[in-house]
Amino acid sequence: MRRSVVDAGARLRSGDVTAVGLLDEALTQASLTESQIHAFLTIDHDGARESAERADADLDRGEDHGPLHGIPFALKDNMVTRGLETTAASQILSGYRPPYDATVVTRLRAAGAVIVGKTNLDEFAMGSSTENSAYGSSYNPWDITRVPGGSSGGSAASVSVGSALAALGSDTGGSIRQPASLCGVVGMKPTYGTVSRYGLIAFASSLDQIGPITTIVEDSAIVLTAIWGHDPLDATSYPGELPDPGARLHAGVDGLRVGVVKELSGDGYESEVEASVSEMVQRLSEAGAEIIEVSLPSFEYALSAYYLIAPAEASANLARFDGVRYGLRVEGETTEEMMAATRGQGFGPEPTRRILLGTYALSAGYYDAFYGQAQRVRSAIQEDFGRAYEQVEVLVSPTSPTVAFPAGARTADPLAMYLSDICTIPSNLSGHPAVSVPIGLDGGRLPIGFQVMAPALGETTMYQVAAEVERLGGFDESPVLEAVAS
Amino acid sequence: MSWEAVIGIEVHVELATRSKMFCGCAVSFGEDPNTNTCPTCLGLPGALPVPNRAAIESILAIGLALECRVSPQSVFHRKNYFYADLPKNYQISQFDIPVCVDGHLDIELDGETSRIGIERAHMEEDTGKSTHVGDGGRIHSARATRLDFNRSGVPLVEIVSRPDLRSAAQARVYAQELTSVVAELGVSDARLEEGSIRFDANVSIRPDGDTDLGTKVEIKNMNSFRSLERAVEYEMARQVDLVETGGEVVQETRHWEEESAVTHSMRTKEGSSDYRYFTEPDLVPMVMDDQWVATIRSTIPELPAQRRARLVASGLESEAAAVLSASSPQLRQIYEDTVGAGAPPRAAANWVVGDLTAAARRSEPEVIRITGNDLAELISLVDSGRVSTSAAKEVLEGVLGGEGSASQVAEERDLIQITDVSQLIAVVDDIIEVNPKAVSDYRSGETKIVGFLVGQVMKATMGKADPKAVNDLVRERLED
Repeated sequence: MRRSVVDAGARLRSGDVTAVGLLDEALTQASLTESQIHAFLTIDHDGARESAERADADLDRGEDHGPLHGIPFALKDNMVTRGLETTAASQILSGYRPPYDATVVTRLRAAGAVIVGKTNLDEFAMGSSTENSAYGSSYNPWDITRVPGGSSGGSAASVSVGSALAALGSDTGGSIRQPASLCGVVGMKPTYGTVSRYGLIAFASSLDQIGPITTIVEDSAIVLTAIWGHDPLDATSYPGELPDPGARLHAGVDGLRVGVVKELSGDGYESEVEASVSEMVQRLSEAGAEIIEVSLPSFEYALSAYYLIAPAEASANLARFDGVRYGLRVEGETTEEMMAATRGQGFGPEPTRRILLGTYALSAGYYDAFYGQAQRVRSAIQEDFGRAYEQVEVLVSPTSPTVAFPAGARTADPLAMYLSDICTIPSNLSGHPAVSVPIGLDGGRLPIGFQVMAPALGETTMYQVAAEVERLGGFDESPVLEAVAS
Repeated sequence: MSWEAVIGIEVHVELATRSKMFCGCAVSFGEDPNTNTCPTCLGLPGALPVPNRAAIESILAIGLALECRVSPQSVFHRKNYFYADLPKNYQISQFDIPVCVDGHLDIELDGETSRIGIERAHMEEDTGKSTHVGDGGRIHSARATRLDFNRSGVPLVEIVSRPDLRSAAQARVYAQELTSVVAELGVSDARLEEGSIRFDANVSIRPDGDTDLGTKVEIKNMNSFRSLERAVEYEMARQVDLVETGGEVVQETRHWEEESAVTHSMRTKEGSSDYRYFTEPDLVPMVMDDQWVATIRSTIPELPAQRRARLVASGLESEAAAVLSASSPQLRQIYEDTVGAGAPPRAAANWVVGDLTAAARRSEPEVIRITGNDLAELISLVDSGRVSTSAAKEVLEGVLGGEGSASQVAEERDLIQITDVSQLIAVVDDIIEVNPKAVSDYRSGETKIVGFLVGQVMKATMGKADPKAVNDLVRERLED
């Protein structure tokens, strides 16, 4: 039986365990696994203990802050935490202690969550393997010679081994869903604008969205409910009413129209992944869903558009790291030399590559052919999605074309790495919600993820289908870290 | 060959909103460095901008006052460049869809009115302030730079004119007129010396009669209207000189040196700088609701040009109208109230522009206590001859000192002239009677003696007679 927020909450309220006890369980898992998977950049022992003690005291007084009360939680290290080092896995922010909490952090604290620590990521969330961290790679708990996916690899790995019962990741092109898929957990990217980005260190502002990583679908809806909602500090925050995302977790899929995306299969997809996804589609059909194959031809250009839009925005977002006000400073003769030296030394190869790409794409004379064209592709993708959702309630696909790949396998070939996000990027370009649910293991005991996509604010239906996928898949396994077990 | 100058002006107006453009920090000057700052205006990781509605209302007011069209949807862009006092290393500004476009401002110089086109007015944020420490404060030799981010994120409106100005004097008048419009709207302190309004000029020359534009030079650092005029004048002459001696004007930015009264080159632009503008993804397009714009339009006060025209139409000389129009709101209100109470506009304007302005200058704070009714009463006392022009100044002093209404002060201070003719005739006759020699002198042609007799009458009435009336009466009696 895997650990979950729901179970922990029940144990806590029945008196079987205290919040401090839950924290100790999580910290024990971390101490047993960290040397092998390196999920965390910072573990906040003192802060977490204080929060857990407060959670227990509150509960003793009858103050129950809800389903996340006393739950050990991990945060991807690109969300700022007051007084707690936040680096985005970059040398340029080494030692940086933010003076404020991100809105999601404020909301989690208000909900009684106990923040265990900050998890590893690809530097500035740029990557799909958590190998681009300035502080060392993370590894997949199912096979420590393989990557956990990325960029929220630390968050996914920590939840997978139970060092936290839930975590937040950020998803710009698949950075929540793909590592969730590779680590056998549930990862969800909400509708753009529903979760505040205030305090999220920006990678590509028009694509970034924070979302939950949990072991089960129900937990995912619980965390989403706690963190989403309008935030006056984020001008792109959606001001309207939000649905109850967990309202139909037990409604089944009878009568729902489920679209299988034709473009997300074929070359480059592992056969076991395709077989597993097809089998799940078959089961959904047996459970009463109407299966319709849909074509979204613009998906062919999604990756190219993404790799112009995201670096373009990143080139401006990362301009503020200049050594003037905070973080790393490498001295120089003049201010300009200081800035250049700081940035040259402070950024790793992937942010550097993307800053250069983005700067180029925005340059006079190239703007229209690159950035302008990418925006047109983005519109075309949104239109394709719009047409598809006239026929179906949700779209499904693999989350990742492959299971976890060996560490180092794609580091020398950025284009191969970029292909890891082929299934997830379209939902970022459209701003739609999508979730990855684990549906089983391949022959090498590596998890396979199933993606459910829905139109904007379609979280309730998305989770409805995801919950049925979870039931039908019956996936209930945890990784076993051999070296530790002995 | 004779040359024509083509001048365009870019104005940066710092808005006097309570909070900054994209965060809640106070807009306030003269405080300790880096006290009005927060994650957003310091560009800390993760911080986001949220637009200030009051700032948008201010730019709409400016745009509407300049007869601009308001874009139904306006978009913010990022303008990318690295500078130590620009915390994000991009400025949130506007590019192809500014809030206001295509307006104009009429200016008057030497009795001639010219319509100067306004290309656009857009919204942006100010930068922080760098102070270079050591060796005279020059950036290249400074030992260190101090950064104050209190100004970072203060809302700025940039107003770009079309190249419609043709002389340095026109450039000055345009700047003055625009400043008075902004001040009238109350959206900015509009003080040049404090930098809350700043002018850059684009200057080029071309042979008289040509329609093509020459290579333009941008000049900066003019901190008074006079220095703007001098800098443009200098720059025109420099360019003419250069071209006439076989040189070529290069596109560049030049810095005006007030003390040596020259411009010198700051940087040469090869084409235009590449700021890599793109839509600010942290903000959504601003939708300018018609109702909202209409509400702002309805709050726009009478503008200086409209006021001058109205004053001239009411009978004032154009110079008096200009001076009155530029007077403080309190003085202008007193003028309006005085005219409203029935006083003739010219007399009211003379008092307001003259004695009241002087009185206001003397008082601290610059507030003067007189109502339109009081001033109108004083004017009517003078017009009816009951108070002499010189006594009227005393009356005014009394009114300003809180001694009562104009007539009360005149009574109390015993400044009412004898206007009763029969009473005066009696005095005149007495004087003539006791001065028979004067009468005979007059009759033999010595008309200067009238002055002596008038003086005697004034003395007898202790100065309360109207000298002009006395003069007339004395002549009348002598002629009899």
